[in-house]
Amino acid sequence: MKHFIFACFFGLTVGTAQADLRIFATVPEWGALAQEIGGSKVKVYTATNAFQDPHRIEAKPSLLAQARQANLVVAAGADLEIGWLPLVLRDSGNSGIQTGQPGYFEAANFVNRLEVPATLDRAHGDVHAAGNPHTHLDPRNVLKVGEALTARMAELDAPNAAAYRSGYQAFAGKWQTAMARWQKEAAPLKGVPVLVHHASFVYLLNWLGMKEVGVLEPKPGIEPTSGHLTSLLARQQSTPAKMVLRAAYQQEGPSQWMAGKTGMPAVLLPYTVGGTPEAKDLFGLFDDTVQRLLKGAR
Amino acid sequence: MQKSFAMAALLAASCGAQAASDADLAAIRAQIDDMKKTYEQRIASLEKKLAEAEDQAKSAKPAAEVKAALATVAVTPAASASARASGFNPEVSLILQGQYKNMKDVAERGITGFVPAGGHDHAAGAIEGINKRGFSVEHTELVLAANIDPYWRGQAILALADGEVEVEEAWFQSLAIGHGVGLKGGRMRSGIGYLNEQHPHMWDFADAPLMYRAMFGEHASYAQDGLQLKWLAPTPVFLEFGAEVGRGANFPGTDRNKNGAGAGAIFAHIGGDIGASNAWRAGVSYLKTKASERGAHFEDINGAEALGAFTGDSATWLADFVWKWAPNGNPKYQNFKFQTEYFQRREKGDLTCSDDEGVGNTCDPLADGSSVTSGYKTRQSGWYAQGVYQFTPQWRAGLRYEQLDSGTRDFGANAANLVVDSYRPKKASAMVDYSWSEFSRVRLQIAQDKSMFGITDNQLTLQYVMSLGAHGAHKF
Repeated sequence: MKHFIFACFFGLTVGTAQADLRIFATVPEWGALAQEIGGSKVKVYTATNAFQDPHRIEAKPSLLAQARQANLVVAAGADLEIGWLPLVLRDSGNSGIQTGQPGYFEAANFVNRLEVPATLDRAHGDVHAAGNPHTHLDPRNVLKVGEALTARMAELDAPNAAAYRSGYQAFAGKWQTAMARWQKEAAPLKGVPVLVHHASFVYLLNWLGMKEVGVLEPKPGIEPTSGHLTSLLARQQSTPAKMVLRAAYQQEGPSQWMAGKTGMPAVLLPYTVGGTPEAKDLFGLFDDTVQRLLKGAR
Repeated sequence: MQKSFAMAALLAASCGAQAASDADLAAIRAQIDDMKKTYEQRIASLEKKLAEAEDQAKSAKPAAEVKAALATVAVTPAASASARASGFNPEVSLILQGQYKNMKDVAERGITGFVPAGGHDHAAGAIEGINKRGFSVEHTELVLAANIDPYWRGQAILALADGEVEVEEAWFQSLAIGHGVGLKGGRMRSGIGYLNEQHPHMWDFADAPLMYRAMFGEHASYAQDGLQLKWLAPTPVFLEFGAEVGRGANFPGTDRNKNGAGAGAIFAHIGGDIGASNAWRAGVSYLKTKASERGAHFEDINGAEALGAFTGDSATWLADFVWKWAPNGNPKYQNFKFQTEYFQRREKGDLTCSDDEGVGNTCDPLADGSSVTSGYKTRQSGWYAQGVYQFTPQWRAGLRYEQLDSGTRDFGANAANLVVDSYRPKKASAMVDYSWSEFSRVRLQIAQDKSMFGITDNQLTLQYVMSLGAHGAHKF
């Protein structure tokens, strides 16, 4: 009744059949995964690109317009999008994608999160209470999220449930094979110590058995300072790193400075789909990431 | 939950062994049936897994993937169960804001040619707060917000100042209506204009544009107790329409003892992206309210004080435009923001001129309590434009220029008694600010303020804005 009144009020025709499941993905990696699973049955809108810091997006009008029409919001979760997504959801007037509804999906809920802080204090920077949100760079997490996402898509769009399941099966099969290949190729990276710009690569390093020995940001979300970089440089004597990693959306200055002072390579990683020309899809993302790491470690 | 964990373990074990007997499978099926009522959805996927596992057992494939999936299913509820009761407390944030200000000592700071919103109580100055020189702590803002239930969200913004707590906003907002409809009720800042909904800590300059002060007074924002209905169109271009009705107690209206709505507003917004790097929004708004004996301080033709009380209609049009640029749409390192707004206000009614101070002004020359009532009709306008450039993650710089036009002011018969100022107030400001993080900022602003006739006031403001607590999300 309530719906009927509002529909009449605005002269709308509600309930027109929708062929596609419209997915609003906050970040490229989960948009790409939804596309792999859904294929032609879904229409995926990705709110950000690989050159945007997902922490610092604004609740732009275009995002509101897209969220308004989405059936499913796929977010990274763990507070990554806290500065903009809650506002987009609330102002979208879309009841199906609110927190707690089937149309709201957070990838971080389906993986074991790392770096969950024991104490919550902004003196430690912009820490995420639910742990490090950059979960996708461990390919095992991609499978876990994929499975949960498939179930969610099947729930929301029952007529296409079989297609989503077979889409996921096909993806998972290829992914298992690729994962075995990456693990084999990346074997020499085990134990390699690295510096990172921001703690964006925790899951990647954890998967490959690499060691993070320092972060260029003095605290999460605070840009590198010369004092902090100098102290990292001094530490290079006792705990030497072999390369310094940054994501495509991060400034190159600090890692170039570090590289120049120490002679170690500054390695740009795509971080997500679209971050480099090679990282065209999720497979390309990991292919390219492993290749760039191997090149850096040489 | 324990049951499902046991189930998962049992399944995993039986699959792992790859030699599940018929009896085992029958037992598992029985258990599944038992749990079906409560765990219908999860069980559906488990059953599927079980079937797959049986197939896989025949073809002797490893069941590792199945095991991992089952582990995930079993672990998920455990994680959410760890939430404590205090987790239901609202999100709390506190804004600390204060400043040092250097400016001329002007007894009754106002805007020449515009009726002061602060009324005729000139003990505290026509526009309170902005009159303070030297060090001062502006009001401290306490924000409490939470989802009330699956259908509603609530938020309160309390302004704490010496000896008082002011409820700036206190509203509920719908979450579950759908179809692009958003309903808000309570005390809220109106959706008109661009800057109107923004609280001072979100401003890019240390003070509000003259235009907002002329329109709405000290708070530089129109707020009222009432209802707001918004509708977002299902189009790829952002298209939003809104309507509000409310008490209309604030300037330019006055509180009136009546049933029904005291003020109404409508607005429309359109916006979108141009490439990855540009985002924009434009809007038009209209506010209609009524005033009843809205008192303001005037000057009579001999320079004596007079009280003018306006009764009539007040209608305001606003147009706003905002454009934001950031390379590749990544505002963290560099971005630019341009915003501009224009307003026009028409007021029509009666003006009653009297002598409340007993100074013997032209409205009441014999000081016998008489007054003069005449027609009153005004048409006034103003605009501002500003640009703010963030050139490193920490530093931003901005310029703002603004101008008002006192326009036509027809005081009818009272034109013979009162001074009718005609003036174009102007102000130019430049600011630079530094942010240690998203949560702390200091700002230095210099401004040349010619909002009062015959006075050029060079102002310097050093301001801090700090936010504690929950990570707020800011509007575009």
